[in-house]
Amino acid sequence: MPAEAEPILEVRDLAKLYPLTRGVVLKKQIGAVRAVDTVSFDLARGETLGIVGESGCGKSTVAKLLVHLERPTAGTIRFKGEDITRLSGRALKAVRRNIQMVFQDPYTSLNPRMTVGDIIGEPFEIHPEVAPKGDRRRRVQELLDVVGLNPEYVNRYPHQFSGGQRQRIGIARGLALRPEIIVADEPVSALDVSVQAQVVNLLERLQAEFDLAYIFIAHDLSVVRHISDRVAVMYLGRFAEIGTGTQIYEHPTHPYTQALLSAVPVPDPAARDRRDRILLTGDVPSPADPPSGCRFRTRCWKAQAKCAQEVPLLAVPPWFHGTDTPAAHPSACHFAAERTTETATEDGPPRHADRDPEAELGLS
Amino acid sequence: MTITEERTAGRTAPLLEVADLRVEFRTRDGVAKAVNGVGYTVDAGETLAVLGESGSGKSVTAQAVMGILDSPPGYVTGGRILFQGRDLLTMSAEQRRRVRGAKMAMIFQDALSSLNPVLSVGAQLGEMFQVHRGMSRKQARTKAVELMERVRIPAAKERVGDYPHQFSGGMRQRIMIAMALALEPELIIADEPTTALDVTVQAQVMDLLAELRREYDMGLILITHDLGVVADVADKIAVMYAGRIVETAPVHELYKRPAHPYTRGLLDSIPRVDLKGQELYAIRGLPPNLTAIPSGCAFHPRCPRARDVCRTDDPPLHPVTEDDGTRIPGRASACHFWRDELHAR
Repeated sequence: MPAEAEPILEVRDLAKLYPLTRGVVLKKQIGAVRAVDTVSFDLARGETLGIVGESGCGKSTVAKLLVHLERPTAGTIRFKGEDITRLSGRALKAVRRNIQMVFQDPYTSLNPRMTVGDIIGEPFEIHPEVAPKGDRRRRVQELLDVVGLNPEYVNRYPHQFSGGQRQRIGIARGLALRPEIIVADEPVSALDVSVQAQVVNLLERLQAEFDLAYIFIAHDLSVVRHISDRVAVMYLGRFAEIGTGTQIYEHPTHPYTQALLSAVPVPDPAARDRRDRILLTGDVPSPADPPSGCRFRTRCWKAQAKCAQEVPLLAVPPWFHGTDTPAAHPSACHFAAERTTETATEDGPPRHADRDPEAELGLS
Repeated sequence: MTITEERTAGRTAPLLEVADLRVEFRTRDGVAKAVNGVGYTVDAGETLAVLGESGSGKSVTAQAVMGILDSPPGYVTGGRILFQGRDLLTMSAEQRRRVRGAKMAMIFQDALSSLNPVLSVGAQLGEMFQVHRGMSRKQARTKAVELMERVRIPAAKERVGDYPHQFSGGMRQRIMIAMALALEPELIIADEPTTALDVTVQAQVMDLLAELRREYDMGLILITHDLGVVADVADKIAVMYAGRIVETAPVHELYKRPAHPYTRGLLDSIPRVDLKGQELYAIRGLPPNLTAIPSGCAFHPRCPRARDVCRTDDPPLHPVTEDDGTRIPGRASACHFWRDELHAR
């Protein structure tokens, strides 16, 4: 069970505020967008933590904080026990080698004027200790091979590749420095359905091969469940609920998770009438002016006076203590409980009889 | 002539019938054959989902139907588009303009870039009534408020003067829907209407669309790549690949037993709970380049069933039958081995 191993990454009370200013010369701060607010979690070696949430919930900001593209306003990030939150200079550079990122959009995250070889080899320029100069071309070709691209493509440019192939290039770049953690922010969202599966399989294969830990951020709940050991649901800058796939998907106790799951269109027309949907009203409030207390209360059907006054903490609710139901997992709700009417999905679509795992990776 | 009269008149023929439509894009890199003999029908009150990946020709077909194809480089090179029995392709530009908007309307994926940022939403909604119905500005504004209420935008009266950027993504998509509904069209084409939206908002918008379709008894063509959305709202499905329809089926049938390897591949590549920990099924390879579509069946380089005949002979869209030869209504497959696929498990 990877979750029980010693954590490679410990995040505590992480917060990021973006100041809102008015005026050009005399800037006056008139408020702040609380993009991420007191987020805490652990990540074990070789584990995948999925983070789901809707746009604006702060999941991408978490990613940026983890790879030090943004500085947190508060909180700590520990990597193998060492506090890396406020590192700079050489020490930061060393840590960054170990935490790499794969971006969402393979069309804009690759420099169109650089060859694939230069793109994948660029990390070696910054960290020459990883690969001596003479060895780089070989290393780049190795990486291309690892991600399932023809090693002879080193001199090609990004526009000569399809979206899925470009994402493989982005993954090869992320792997170049042999990191221990990869933060993937919506890595398959921009890809076609038939290509998504190829990239998801590649990520899983690489994880096994290099013992990587993943932070996998996405809005596609089924992909996240497939790839993750644990899943965190985020709403307006906070974690609403965190647990294993079964705990979150089968036994959610936070109303937001329940609504989110019920809204996902299921690729099974037979489930159309059986589904017990919770239709949320209204939109997500502005993170510049979040509701007091529980941030979900403005859209929650369970909300009571207490929800406006007290911020619910992300913890196993006391009434689940000592029980071993799958509902006993951290949930930031004063009234955390499972839904009473659960709808089960039937056997689903048929599967391929003659699958060919070799060919699935193949880009002949 | 009232709308009801027209509707009953068109009742015998399908609301929209596309037959053997061909569209190509003449580009510097060659001729891209985006649509290669596509045909489908939509009846009033019916929802057809056109499912496909990018480059499958699903949006180009819709653009040709609407008459909003970028030309050049795009040209309709063959086929018919019959709307209530009249061929849109042989109409004059002026006649066609009158059909578009009033009788058929389109909803686009990206509401923010489809709305004019410097005009209030009330002005944009009202414009429809001023141009097509000759209303005064004041009447048009009242109509705009009505429409906004129809698509359930809260405080419509206060917000009618707001600009697109002042609305959230879901609300903007509602405004797009309101605009499409304005003249009570008989056919709505929605091109990835919820792809840019979050799931909770997506559910609201799809529900609204389905409800309005029922209420107005409209035909709806839903263009999407999302198998989940399709399962939720469609009556029948047309699956497109490389500019052709490779399979058509009523929605329940398609998910239960697909008759084309591409459809099955798509269904199989969806992550499923009971198969967690296993590799996902992935269709190998990439969608074809439309300037060089493979010979024979366009799917053959990626197909696990491909045999010699697939490389040479282009399979026609063949009716799908049960073993005893009875036709399954609405079903067809463009695969030489549809029978094997239908029975595969």
